[in-house]
Amino acid sequence: MSRQYLIGAGLLIALVAFPLLSPWSTVILTVALCEGLAALGILVLLRAGQVSFGHGLYFAFSAYVVAFMAAAHLGHEVLLLVPIATAASGLVAALVGLFIVRYRAIFFGMLNLAISMVFFSLLEKLFSITGGADGKRVPRPTLLGMTLERESFEFWMFYITLALAVVAALFVARYLASSGGKALEAIKSNETRLEYLGVSSRKVLYGAYLLSGLLAGLGGAIIALVSGHVTPELAYWVRSGEFVFIAILGGVGGVAGPFLGALMFQIIRGYAAVYAPETWHAVLGIMLLVIIFFAPSGLYGLIAGRRRASGEAAR
Amino acid sequence: MSGFILEARDLELRFGGVQAANGASLQVRANERIAIIGPNGAGKTTFINLCTGYIKPQSGTVIFAGQDITALSPRAITRLGIGRSFQIPQLFLENTVIENLLLALSAREGSWSPFLKLTRHPKIDEMWALLEIVGLKDTGHRIVRELPEGMRKLIDIALALALEPKLIFMDEPTSGVSSHEKFQVMDTLTRALDARSTTAIFVEHDMDVVARYANRVAVWSGGRIALEGSPEEILSHPDVRESVIGEVV
Repeated sequence: MSRQYLIGAGLLIALVAFPLLSPWSTVILTVALCEGLAALGILVLLRAGQVSFGHGLYFAFSAYVVAFMAAAHLGHEVLLLVPIATAASGLVAALVGLFIVRYRAIFFGMLNLAISMVFFSLLEKLFSITGGADGKRVPRPTLLGMTLERESFEFWMFYITLALAVVAALFVARYLASSGGKALEAIKSNETRLEYLGVSSRKVLYGAYLLSGLLAGLGGAIIALVSGHVTPELAYWVRSGEFVFIAILGGVGGVAGPFLGALMFQIIRGYAAVYAPETWHAVLGIMLLVIIFFAPSGLYGLIAGRRRASGEAAR
Repeated sequence: MSGFILEARDLELRFGGVQAANGASLQVRANERIAIIGPNGAGKTTFINLCTGYIKPQSGTVIFAGQDITALSPRAITRLGIGRSFQIPQLFLENTVIENLLLALSAREGSWSPFLKLTRHPKIDEMWALLEIVGLKDTGHRIVRELPEGMRKLIDIALALALEPKLIFMDEPTSGVSSHEKFQVMDTLTRALDARSTTAIFVEHDMDVVARYANRVAVWSGGRIALEGSPEEILSHPDVRESVIGEVV
């Protein structure tokens, strides 16, 4: 079994067990998984050497689709809302991707940021439709036709999110190991040669962009259901930056990385907000500096590296 | 149809004050092996770049298999059946040799299933055969970045060959390859080209390689062909011996 699967399995066991031991943790863990899904989308793009500072767009778009559908009593069911909202985000990614894949490096990152900020402004300014800065309430939908109390709803939403995160991570791992995934890496290492193999690097990046938009959209749809409220802050640049932060913190060497990063991010944010409410952003910044200087492969690389080292010692 | 697989007509390209292509023309018949020789800066690599879409000429045309490819992208030209290797090898340095070649085979086959692991590609036997052609079967699992330049050049050629091109341009294919391996590699390479009926145009500085493997030689000078003929004619020509080979005649 590869190291990637072992780390993933360890993380999965811990996640399955934790809410059973500490029911209070389900919402925090669900939020972490949603952010992990968006950061997984960032990981996909980072494999091509591209960074998006605007994936809050897809996160927020699906969240608002859920909010509008729920408010309009259209398909007031989790198993309908999540796929429809995710697909809607995928559609936006498909449209934005048409021109954004023509750009690389800083232009790619900044264009994503610009588009997400346009969406953020629309959410804030179109008060009569979006509720402005106050956002919109998301009434709790049914789950498999059952109307659940808040605690039960949160409990089951966690396990549904966990299952979806596992499926998404396995799919991304398989994709990255496939010819398409290697072609994506080739954009980073040698786009000239890729073109001289007769491969359209734009098409390769477009596919990856679409996938990353869907992943962020999936995270956004679930977070809207779990938090019961959506605000323009979901599309704000700080949120998009958090996804990049989480991806780097967790490490982009394996698909478990973004989820490790998201969990650590939630833990730091949770504790720092209590013990250092005025300076918790500084704590996050210092954490990122430590990771960049001492563990550039992120938490995933740290664990994978240690395991390899101990394995070699055992031999 | 003119009967030529490739026809470059009066290609012109000026960079600033440098005339990189100055009415460059070349006609190539199928299955020919043409060596391009000439001093540094004569425009040999520029000619390859013009024929493969890397740079566009200011005037002139390139016709491949009866189709005007002058304005086409490198990708479109590659898909039509022109492969190339580079003076500085263009590879995916962080990947293994196997992954590099399998990616080329995936490109040729158009096999991009996200569920099929690249290393389980159905054309894996063909990949090993390609490595055998360039004499690098033992390096398959190594990361390309760790390999010396000579080996990288050969992998670069193998990548182009994997596409089964009708015509291949090779820019100094044996530079960096040790002298005792040079002929061995060229022997297997030319056998593979013959077996696939692949026309080859290669830039070369080693006149022994030119004499042994080319059936026509074009001498480049000032961005165009100055002389053209059989290897025997060209390599015994006094001007070539003086200006290209560096002998005092």
